[in-house]
Amino acid sequence: MIKDITLGQYFPGSSIIHRLDPRFKIIMTTIFIAMLFISNNLWGLLIGGVFALFTFVLSKIPFKLMLKSLKPLIPILIFTSIFNLLFIDGGDVYIEWEFIKITEDGVNMTVYMAIRIIFLIIGSSLLTYTTSPIALTDAIEYLLSPFKKLKMPVHEFAMMMTIALRFIPTLIEETDKIMSAQKARGADFESGKIMERIKALIPILVPLFISAFRRADDLALAMTCRCYRGGEGRTRLKQLKSGLKDYIAIVITLVFLLAIIVINILIQDL
Amino acid sequence: MSIIKTDNLTYVYSVGTPFEKTAIDNINLEIEEGELVGIIGHTGSGKSTLIQHFNGLLKPTSGKIFIDGKDIWESKASIRQARFTVGLVFQYPEHQIFEETVYKDIAFGPKNMGLSSDEIDQRVRETAFAVGISEDLLQKSPFELSGGQKRRVAIAGVMAMEPKILILDEPTAGLDPKGREKILNLIKAHHRRTGCTVIIVSHSMEDIARYANKILVMNKSKLFCYGDTAEVFKRADEISKMGLTVPQITRVINELKNRGINIEDEVYTVKYAKDVLLKYLSEKGGRAHD
Ligand SMILES: Nc1ncnc2c1ncn2[C@@H]1O[C@H](COP(=O)(O)OP(=O)(O)OP(=O)(O)O)[C@@H](O)[C@H]1O
Ligand SMILES: [Mg+2]
Repeated sequence: MIKDITLGQYFPGSSIIHRLDPRFKIIMTTIFIAMLFISNNLWGLLIGGVFALFTFVLSKIPFKLMLKSLKPLIPILIFTSIFNLLFIDGGDVYIEWEFIKITEDGVNMTVYMAIRIIFLIIGSSLLTYTTSPIALTDAIEYLLSPFKKLKMPVHEFAMMMTIALRFIPTLIEETDKIMSAQKARGADFESGKIMERIKALIPILVPLFISAFRRADDLALAMTCRCYRGGEGRTRLKQLKSGLKDYIAIVITLVFLLAIIVINILIQDL
Repeated sequence: MSIIKTDNLTYVYSVGTPFEKTAIDNINLEIEEGELVGIIGHTGSGKSTLIQHFNGLLKPTSGKIFIDGKDIWESKASIRQARFTVGLVFQYPEHQIFEETVYKDIAFGPKNMGLSSDEIDQRVRETAFAVGISEDLLQKSPFELSGGQKRRVAIAGVMAMEPKILILDEPTAGLDPKGREKILNLIKAHHRRTGCTVIIVSHSMEDIARYANKILVMNKSKLFCYGDTAEVFKRADEISKMGLTVPQITRVINELKNRGINIEDEVYTVKYAKDVLLKYLSEKGGRAHD
């Protein structure tokens, strides 16, 4: 069913990770991604893995849910693995047959890349699973606010994102409803040739667009009526607050990062 | 044989997520052919969920539905069959309109049924007439019509499929009293003319009392009761406790009776109340002033 698409895949909860300040969570995720890409050996990646596992356990996100977010990754993994295996040359040659040549560096790169991609998704999923989309955009707006000085429309951008995120579930629901209504009139979306299937989308798309425009209109009016006039001097209902736990969390993250840097240097020296 | 039968019907939304919600819980129900059933219940009590099971749009989490004695989830063909046997008009059906002309939009359902173009033409004209859409509107864009007209076009779109069971989810939502009256009257007329089974979901006890001959009350995902209007309103106390109101006129009459005026107590419509009261007054020999 269409509802299974997890966009803005917030998983409500009250774990310590859920309660962290979203700004810190974004920074921590960025640091985590940096960890993955600077570590050039398995030990470093292992430390990154420990960090991811640690956060994952604290977040109390069901294991099944995490697996679900990794599933779409399989084709990408296979694809990059094949490329890395075949095209990276260097070190000992393991297999050589016709034009296929698998080398030590190729294998290493494949393994590293796969681990990095998997951890990358786990890390960013943890962010989106534990942070509501609204909190996320608020935090992004805050983090980008230095760019306001450069006349970048940061607030407008964040507002657009907030609205878009806010309306994704609404539009999915609406699509579902319209689909049901057309199915009740005997529309068939599941069989027929490609062209027929594309044509079958018209009864969904037309009402969907009409309702999206109507909603946009209503929203614009409602915002105007409440005297919305942009970001200047605007205060928030939900202030972002950071506390001791956020600082502790970021220190822990930095310790992990440091550990990886140290290991990198040590292994290079060997 | 009953035309709709449900067997321990249960439906749970978003199974396995924190949003899990049992929308209908163990519903056992038999609706006879040719009835005009009113479904009433609080918002969120599961009315819309229940009716979407009748034409196989929702697959029960557990339990069975029989339409015309056939289990609709038996095969793919039986589901499609159910879609044509049971016509479902959603809440705000005007939001599903998409064609360039009113004519084409009404013809969408019949076309999906694979009818001949002559048959389609005849059905479109008939139903358009039945819902009070005049001939000259047929070639207009449906988006140029008024809200009430759009609603009637959308209802016609389902009626034109001539389903044996017509279900309407809050067909009068968001209309003014006159528009409501018009819609309900045309549904009633359709019921009388075709003799099909009609189910109307509504929030208004008044409307239900006036138009339906059976009432189904949903309460917190459960079937509270299903029966004749009189039977159901006998339980007015319990229904009021659920936070639903019995028609105002019923309350007035009940109160009069409580105060010792000896009149019939199964009164659900203003018109009937007038008759009853006039009868009472003339029997009493009182001078019924105009
Ligand atoms: N698509 C959905 N996903 C999850 N939960 C839903 C969905 N649709 C309905 N529900 C929930 O199921 C319950 C029953 O909903 P339903 O729409 O059947 O109520 P209703 O009686 O038709 O209410 P109303 O009178 O407001 O139309 C509600 O608590 C609702 O929150
Ligand atoms: Mg409803």
